[in-house]
Amino acid sequence: MKLAVHGRNAYAYTGGRRFADDGPCIAFIHGALNDHSVWTLLARWYAHHGYRVLAVDLPGHGRSDGPPQASVEALADWLLALLDAAGAARAHLVGHSMGSLVALEAAARAPARAAGLVLVGTAYPMKVSDALLATARDDPARAIAMVNAFSHSSLAGKPSYPGPGAWLRGGSSALMHRLQGAADGNLFEHDFRVCDAYAGGLDAAARVTCPAHLIVGTRDVMTPAKAARDLAERLKAPIAHVASGHALMQEAPDAVLNAMREAVPA
Amino acid sequence: MPGPSDPGFDTLAVHAGAAPDPATGARATPLHLSTSFVFESSEHAASLFNMERAGHVYSRISNPTTAVFEERLAALEGGIGAIATASGQAALHLAIATIAGAGSHIVASSALYGGSHNLLTYTLARFGIETTFVKPRAIDAWRAAIRPNTRLLFGETLGNPGLDVLDIPRVAGIAHDAGLPLLVDATFTTPWLQQPFRLGADLVFHSATKFLSGHGTVVGGVLADGGRFDWERSGRFPELSAPYAGFHDMVFTEESTVGAFLLRARREGLRDFGACMSPHTAWLLLQGLETLPLRMERHVANTRKVVQFLAAHPLVAHVGYPELESHPDHALARTLLPRGCGAVFSFDLRGSRAQGVAFIDALQLFSHLANVGDCRSLVIHPASTTHSRMDDAALAAAGIGPGTLRLSIGLEDPDDLIADLKSALKAAERAAR
Repeated sequence: MKLAVHGRNAYAYTGGRRFADDGPCIAFIHGALNDHSVWTLLARWYAHHGYRVLAVDLPGHGRSDGPPQASVEALADWLLALLDAAGAARAHLVGHSMGSLVALEAAARAPARAAGLVLVGTAYPMKVSDALLATARDDPARAIAMVNAFSHSSLAGKPSYPGPGAWLRGGSSALMHRLQGAADGNLFEHDFRVCDAYAGGLDAAARVTCPAHLIVGTRDVMTPAKAARDLAERLKAPIAHVASGHALMQEAPDAVLNAMREAVPA
Repeated sequence: MPGPSDPGFDTLAVHAGAAPDPATGARATPLHLSTSFVFESSEHAASLFNMERAGHVYSRISNPTTAVFEERLAALEGGIGAIATASGQAALHLAIATIAGAGSHIVASSALYGGSHNLLTYTLARFGIETTFVKPRAIDAWRAAIRPNTRLLFGETLGNPGLDVLDIPRVAGIAHDAGLPLLVDATFTTPWLQQPFRLGADLVFHSATKFLSGHGTVVGGVLADGGRFDWERSGRFPELSAPYAGFHDMVFTEESTVGAFLLRARREGLRDFGACMSPHTAWLLLQGLETLPLRMERHVANTRKVVQFLAAHPLVAHVGYPELESHPDHALARTLLPRGCGAVFSFDLRGSRAQGVAFIDALQLFSHLANVGDCRSLVIHPASTTHSRMDDAALAAAGIGPGTLRLSIGLEDPDDLIADLKSALKAAERAAR
């Protein structure tokens, strides 16, 4: 679905169903150098179980016009404006990695609009090493290869999407290269600097009023499970542990769905 | 910054796509000879059919054993996924049928396997898909042949019968300038010798019957997607970027930014055309893939020795192998095929068809049959078999002489292969008297 947000074109995948005028809404926010397609299975499931679905492409990613927003706070404002444009007064906010910070900040900025908060593959602070930031700046292709290897815990993460026979590492790599190649500038470095710079996580968590849940990967080395504890404590959120690396929705789609159904029932 | 990368080729050949079986602990990939898979509930069934969950439903569409083979091949190619098919021909058909229909046009290399040539020239023409053939080395001809209704450029990594080396970077550049994908048949090279995606190709298929299996036991094919081609941006592929009434008005490019082609190929192509691979075939192919690096290294080493022997023999007029300086693509092969130019090549005997027949009949180790890529060495004499209805002039036009012989070099001791060839060459010499 195409929308106008802050005067620019924005895109949200609706889970294979028309976005209805009313009904409960769930918004999915992707991570760094990703787009809506990392959520396809979950988006389709919720779209076929009574929800209006908005799996967004963040500004400058995929089908949404740039420029990329400069901070997690700006991305949260953009997300709330997208909900306005879609006519969604309230929504469950579900974010992965960088998107989890955006969901958290949006839920803090507009508590009445967040029906629920689910943070997948999250950590706070989401610091990025100086060495990785330098590699992202100087050699993005090398940095993509590193992050892709970091993000996957298995050589056999199936069944997954877009179907049996998918080589998940290849799919993730191709998606990152597609988005990096289409961007005006170094989107990879930009997104990682946005994660690294976000300093308002615990304050935001204190302002969240909706139920919150965390879903973390037990084999995640990008956002290790232990790095989410402070956030969970501040949010008073239960943590669901899934046997996966950082690419949870790809490596363990059924386990993530099962955890999601605890947080956001059909 | 040094850091982690994906595992290397040899590791992927053994491990990609496979993990110990969670139900039994079996370390080797189990063979799941089951047509269908039980739903946990009605809700689970509906979610699988709606593609809200990933999983196996029916083995024409997917199967756990076959999926391991598909993942592994995709990993070895550096792609995003693959679809196993009943044969290499089925893989080629699936690639074309997913993005082309009546009124479409293909630009293809003229140096193709005969079966591919037949499909494009006669069979697909019956369904309204037209093909223009260009000589693979005539780079400008590729560009000139593109029309508004062209959907695909297609060639073989090493062409038939002269082992023309496809200049993938340049042909891919021409395709991409026109918003088109490049499909390559990589059967002769396998990903061990060349990974076409890294050179710019967009879709790759194999007759898995050949080197991927390596044992001459199964017929199969596989089609892999590199995930780099932007089908939506091209604007030429409504099959992928517009709602598809045959699957809930799905827009494949919205469902999967990089996997749209594979989605439609599986959800339509396997569903409707049905040319799927047997799980048993996939299981045997997995045994082959695990030793692909070892076998290809030996295939190439043996071939080099045989080529060297034949090139120096007085009864041999010509050996067509790109590693020889006499081959027109020698320089290109050094760049694009640094590990070697495969184990299939042709050579010309000085003399008559009768001498060619005498040569074949005298061979002991080489098997006379219509296949390549076996662990056993193979030979065929086109003038007396596959092309026997042609006169000498027609053979010449096809790049085949009356004394042309095609060899596929296996894994035997190279000295034994050379001894067998030496003996057969003597027999051919005697046949001239």
